Amino acid sequence: MKAYELIDHECDVIVVGAGGAGLRATMGLAEAGLETACITKVFPTRSHTVAAQGGISAALSNMGEDDWRFHFYDTIKGSDWLGDQDAIEFMCREAAAAVIELEHFGLPFSRTEDGRIYQRPFGGMTTHYGKGIAQRTCAAADRTGHAMLHTLYQQCLKHNAKFFIEYFAMDLIMEQGECRGVLALDMATGTLHRFIGQATILATGGYGRTYFSCTSAHTCTGDGGGMALRAGLPLQDMEFVQFHPTGIYGAGCLITEGARGEGGILRNSNGERFMERYAPNAKDLASRDVVSRAMTIEIREGRGVGADRDHLLLHLEHLGPDVIHKRLPGIVETAMIFAGVDVTRAPIPVLPTVHYNMGGIPCNLHGEALTVRDGDPEAVVPGLMAVGEAACVSVHGANRLGSNSLLDLVVFGRAAATRCATLLRPGSSRTKPAAAATAAAVERFDRVRYASGSRPTAAIRDEMQRAMQKDASVFRNGTILANGCKRLRQTFAGFADLRTSDRSLIFNTDLVEALELDNLLRQALVTIHSAMNRTESRGAHAREDYPERDDVAWLKHTLAWVDDQGGVRFDYRPVHLQTLGGDVESIPPRARTY
Amino acid sequence: MVQFRLPENSRYSSRAGHHYPALPGATRVRRFKIYRWNPDSSDPPRVDTFDVDLDRCGPMVLDALIKIKNEVDPTLAFRRSCREGICGSCAMNIDGLNRLACTRPVAERDGDVRIFPLPHLAVIKDLVPDLTHFYEQYAAVRPWLQTREPAPPDRERLQAPAEQERVDRPSACILCACCSTGCPSYWWNSDRYLGPAAFLAAYRWIVDTRDQAGRERLGQLQDAFQLYRCHTILNCVEACPKDLNPARAIAELRRRLAGLSD
Repeated sequence: MKAYELIDHECDVIVVGAGGAGLRATMGLAEAGLETACITKVFPTRSHTVAAQGGISAALSNMGEDDWRFHFYDTIKGSDWLGDQDAIEFMCREAAAAVIELEHFGLPFSRTEDGRIYQRPFGGMTTHYGKGIAQRTCAAADRTGHAMLHTLYQQCLKHNAKFFIEYFAMDLIMEQGECRGVLALDMATGTLHRFIGQATILATGGYGRTYFSCTSAHTCTGDGGGMALRAGLPLQDMEFVQFHPTGIYGAGCLITEGARGEGGILRNSNGERFMERYAPNAKDLASRDVVSRAMTIEIREGRGVGADRDHLLLHLEHLGPDVIHKRLPGIVETAMIFAGVDVTRAPIPVLPTVHYNMGGIPCNLHGEALTVRDGDPEAVVPGLMAVGEAACVSVHGANRLGSNSLLDLVVFGRAAATRCATLLRPGSSRTKPAAAATAAAVERFDRVRYASGSRPTAAIRDEMQRAMQKDASVFRNGTILANGCKRLRQTFAGFADLRTSDRSLIFNTDLVEALELDNLLRQALVTIHSAMNRTESRGAHAREDYPERDDVAWLKHTLAWVDDQGGVRFDYRPVHLQTLGGDVESIPPRARTY
Repeated sequence: MVQFRLPENSRYSSRAGHHYPALPGATRVRRFKIYRWNPDSSDPPRVDTFDVDLDRCGPMVLDALIKIKNEVDPTLAFRRSCREGICGSCAMNIDGLNRLACTRPVAERDGDVRIFPLPHLAVIKDLVPDLTHFYEQYAAVRPWLQTREPAPPDRERLQAPAEQERVDRPSACILCACCSTGCPSYWWNSDRYLGPAAFLAAYRWIVDTRDQAGRERLGQLQDAFQLYRCHTILNCVEACPKDLNPARAIAELRRRLAGLSD
């Protein structure tokens, strides 16, 4: 193997990823005077937070009665009781302050007549513990994620935060079970860099691209999760993959739940508003897992539309052009470009589409990564933290409510920065890792760079995506999952036969896509094996052979590890049913209907 | 003697390019001519020709680029991410126009599809330009909220819907650089002229009722190489994939500098 020179950078904290969570953390760290390096494989405003549309939840009561305790209840119910209630309490209680902070940063929120932040209804968001419909989701038209990401980047500029743009983080640098930093590739020059710090925060987002059809960007390849798995750390609750009810049929692009929040309606081939049958109270604004299952059943039972009767229709025409253009301008544009539909006149063809990963790197509510050590299922991994979709705190449990993800990003991005500011002293000594700590990572890099097997990245990736799409879908059963596990183990083994073509090191996207595929493959394996392992139905994980929720056996978080041969091993963590104490009562598990 | 032509090794020759024919059985072939340059090679840039079967390809130019990368030449380098026109990664020059590849339908135009990097930027490789300077220019307008008075401690700053509407469109910029790199004034003076994207960013804060640094912001633009280097060519308006209007923002900034409006 060729010897590679490693260029060292020392700092206090390393943030990997510059989406909403990574930028909020970076900004907070810079503000606290900690020397921070934010490493990102795309320019910050290209991160996938930019595509979030509908809004960010917070019980501001700008448009009607609300209370953060209602939000707390809704989130627990939405999570099908798999969410940790102390973390959910923390998030919902911090929500109002987090949103107001964003407004104070200059986020261009839409406004009510009296000048306050505009709020719209969203799926699963209620008042009085399910009795009324809440208007809780704070919106900047239908590009709230764009507004938030740009605002946070602007704040990072203001605080003079240090970015390493188009640096691809490849592996964690671990010694004696502690994280010392990351090894990264500078894509523009092809040089390898060791970032060494007192703490490393993974904010790398989800791994939606394990599936063939998803709303996720091409760059959503779960690089943090892949790094954690290779470092011998577990991922949590990976079986829970959210299908968004309204991806555009064919293109997969997202149509915000805010479209239904503003009054949009789903209809089947009979013109029937079928959600009334599945969720008599919430109807089209039931939580996403419920709507996606209902849509799948409608299509299965022959009430889909189109030549193949394989999708459904989202109607907005009745809202009138004024509301549509004012509240949903991005949807007007997206539907025209990707479906050829003028939404003021015709419905949008839609299909449940992979959208969000509830699972990720297990964390406590300070953002510290957890593993199992000496029988302790909540042992902190020294030096490692995770935030955002890459993490599993777990505030979303088995199913995330729409507009809770943008909230998750800023609340826990901020919490992680606060934790670092509390525990770390600026400039205090960092342990410089030995060369051995990066040897395996550099060797892996070299192997992928010169891979001369028979199968290009695209072929292996396609095989993985089709298997996941078919075998780990909205409804699952043991036979199909077993077949999927087998197929994915073969695909994983097939990575040994990889062929890369670009031998240059300057902006080698062939190489980066192969490294991303490695990350995707490990998480696909863990996801489908975790789905096979969990013999119950809960939230987004619907097993036809185990249709009921089983709180006796399965009110627990799955932890999964994968070895280099693709073997998956499990352990568990208890769900925190307890709250932080004092302000709100724990909500014991009960039947979940909308 | 003034040198007007590009240096020899940065001029491309279409004769040197490779041609990759479509697979047998292709039913609806379109020809994609794509700029290629590998900095590791001493060869000058070339234009490769890829024949793509549109019946086996998604509708957008980005779909074709991805198909080429996946199935024909994995070394082809371009940026892409969201594929729905909001992240701004895949800006490039398509048929002579700066566009996002992800929202540009192949069927928009007949004939060969010619794809080049965004104009007048240094090329890192193939369709990947160096945007470092563009990003620095954005940062140079101090694009964050600046206030003298503290915000109310426990609630938002109020802003009327009509006031918000003035910010709404300008704040929708995705920093794709289609406008600036389509501007001839920017081509000539990009070292000093901030360009339409940066002006739009400055304007976005000047019209925001919450911002209190309008005077300083305008002052920064009062320079012979700034607002008055816009010659209302309006390529920026034509190029913007989000239908924004940087030229109107520039005109509005000039009016304010001249004291013609508040």
